[in-house]
Amino acid sequence: MDSYSNGFSSPRAEAFPAGLRVLVVDDDPTWLKILEKMLKKCSYEVTTCCLAREALDLLRERKDGFDIVISDVNMPDMDGFKLLEHVGLEMDLPVIMMSVDGETSRVMKGVQHGACDYLLKPIRMKELKNIWQHVFRKKIHEVRDIEGLEAGIEEFQMMRNGISDQSDDGFSFCGGDLNSGRKRKDFDNKHDDKNFGDPSAGKRTRVVWTVDLHQKFVKAVNYMGFDKVGPKKILELMNVPWLTRENVASHLQKYRLYLSRLQKDNDLKASHGGIKQSTDATSRDQAGNIGFKNSINIKQNDAANTKFRIPGNIVIQNSNPKGHETVVSSPDLGPKGALVSDAHEIQKATSSSGVGLHYSFGTPELNAKYATLSSVLPPQFSWNQEHKPQIEQNNVFNHLSLPDLHDQIQINQETFFPNYPTPFNKERDKLTHIKVMPPHGTKCSSQNIRQQMPGENAFRLDPVQSECSTTTFNPSEPISRSAWSSKDQVIDQILVNDLDSLNGNLILGKSSALTSLNENFLACLLQEDCSPNFFELQNREFSDCNNPGLLSEPSIYLYDSLKFDYEYPCDPIEYPVMDQGLFIA
Amino acid sequence: MHRRLASMRKSLLDQGFLDEQFIQLEELQDDSNPNFVEEIAASYYRDSARQMLNIDQALDKVPLDFTKLDNLMHQFKGSSSSIGAKKVKNESTQFQEYCRAGNAEGCRRTYRQLKKEYATLKKKLEAYFQLARQAGPLETASRPK
Repeated sequence: MDSYSNGFSSPRAEAFPAGLRVLVVDDDPTWLKILEKMLKKCSYEVTTCCLAREALDLLRERKDGFDIVISDVNMPDMDGFKLLEHVGLEMDLPVIMMSVDGETSRVMKGVQHGACDYLLKPIRMKELKNIWQHVFRKKIHEVRDIEGLEAGIEEFQMMRNGISDQSDDGFSFCGGDLNSGRKRKDFDNKHDDKNFGDPSAGKRTRVVWTVDLHQKFVKAVNYMGFDKVGPKKILELMNVPWLTRENVASHLQKYRLYLSRLQKDNDLKASHGGIKQSTDATSRDQAGNIGFKNSINIKQNDAANTKFRIPGNIVIQNSNPKGHETVVSSPDLGPKGALVSDAHEIQKATSSSGVGLHYSFGTPELNAKYATLSSVLPPQFSWNQEHKPQIEQNNVFNHLSLPDLHDQIQINQETFFPNYPTPFNKERDKLTHIKVMPPHGTKCSSQNIRQQMPGENAFRLDPVQSECSTTTFNPSEPISRSAWSSKDQVIDQILVNDLDSLNGNLILGKSSALTSLNENFLACLLQEDCSPNFFELQNREFSDCNNPGLLSEPSIYLYDSLKFDYEYPCDPIEYPVMDQGLFIA
Repeated sequence: MHRRLASMRKSLLDQGFLDEQFIQLEELQDDSNPNFVEEIAASYYRDSARQMLNIDQALDKVPLDFTKLDNLMHQFKGSSSSIGAKKVKNESTQFQEYCRAGNAEGCRRTYRQLKKEYATLKKKLEAYFQLARQAGPLETASRPK
């Protein structure tokens, strides 16, 4: 009866709902045992966890490794509702809440936070037996969400067949494939109200801002010019039938907030220079080296645990072992635009794939623009970032999991930077849920990027597949031009836009962004051994760089094994930026 | 012997010491976990003992922190629900109500009662499990699902 099959990320071989991968979170060990037993009896694949933090880590580590989460409401380390939110934002999995307390207000709160069900303890077997319906329902709705076409119906049929025929290809729930952006038909054509996402999300159904959707949104915004556009126009441009003006309006609001926060943070960070990086792990020397300008004295190689604060977005790229740079863009962090990530998180993420940060500021045009750029690097990879208090809502953006580089980047790119050369003003705002899932589960090595401490924006880079071959892209002209046109250019955009032509030059052209960005962050992200000092230095350097020069062509290669070898890789060039310790791979 | 066990179980249920949850636990027991229920009970007693210590400590404080007490009791209640300790649960609920009302005396009184119920149940369960072990696996075999 035990249906523990293969690993977590492997798709279920049995017929749905058998083999449903459930994560149970409860601080009560007795209940954990009971639930485990009960779920196993339902032929589900169970993982138990007694801490919310651990659960989040697990979820991030094994993206697509779970189908549903069941969590208690009262837990010592984190409020169950908070966990619920995180899971909803980052992983978009259905979450069931449990409690011995069945007071209406609590239940309502659960539903408001997005729980798809609320069970009362003691929990009955039959209640657990039916949890698969939540998974199923969500899938169906996701299909609808994505501007579907015929695919929607097909999927639906497949699902039904899958269930009834027990064919094992009937379901592709596990991988969240339904979300892969295929055009799907909204098979309920009348379904044009805001009824997407989890229907039980409460009074207002949440629109799931998928990567594709957000990309459309950004495209529309940039087309019009960030400052001038209004939700109505965006909606028109987006041309997504089921989306409403309200959806767009609220998303726009978040986006603007995000961007402004980025800006603010960049400014703040510029003089801040406090990058703390916590490095943890073994750094793997992948092909990255960090080239720094001489002024940067990053010599310390000792990794300490510090936190990085990277204001703005950092682009971090995972480089392949071949030493290609991968660009990882860190999503804009929190209100202060600080990306705080645990160095070791980064390391972890990068280590597995030899992530190296490569930034190449290639385009001259960039220079000029950099000066004004708010450093925002589009997160190339998705990593889960926990935004802390500051940006409560925007954490979503930062959840990028480092995907398999290649694919990931692609995804990211799309997400954030639609490939249009229009100057985007504030692409930074990635407040949307960016759920970029690596096409294939990233190989989570044992080092996972851990979540950053609460209160900081942490990037969590999921281990990147070593085979990520996405390398840097050259921030070719097109990108830069468009990207840098405005102050808010997000470096990401640039970077992203050019994914195809990555050739190891990532333009990290965020001038201002860079300054504030603590490049260290980037470096750290990639490096496993970011030595705190290094970063600190970086920061210092950065603080006064408002560099226009930051983004000069340089290819600064930042490698994840931030051993900080500071060799200036390719072109020492004038990295004006380098001064800032821009790590650019 | 099995009959004795069955009747003991029945009386525990009838008298309200245990509720349906206990039956469910027995149903979960199977060959791969032949002593499942007993294990769960042991786990419960471990956790709850610790929780009660915390409550004891909190009750010693002056003035009483009702919110904290409420939370502690909430945890305890959750644990108690795991084995279906009905009477104990009821006392917990009562205790929580007194907390919300800020009634210190009510809390203490209820807590004393709770402890009594807790001890009683523990003894009864010990006897029950002893008998169950003697009776052998057949008795607690899981009914077909």
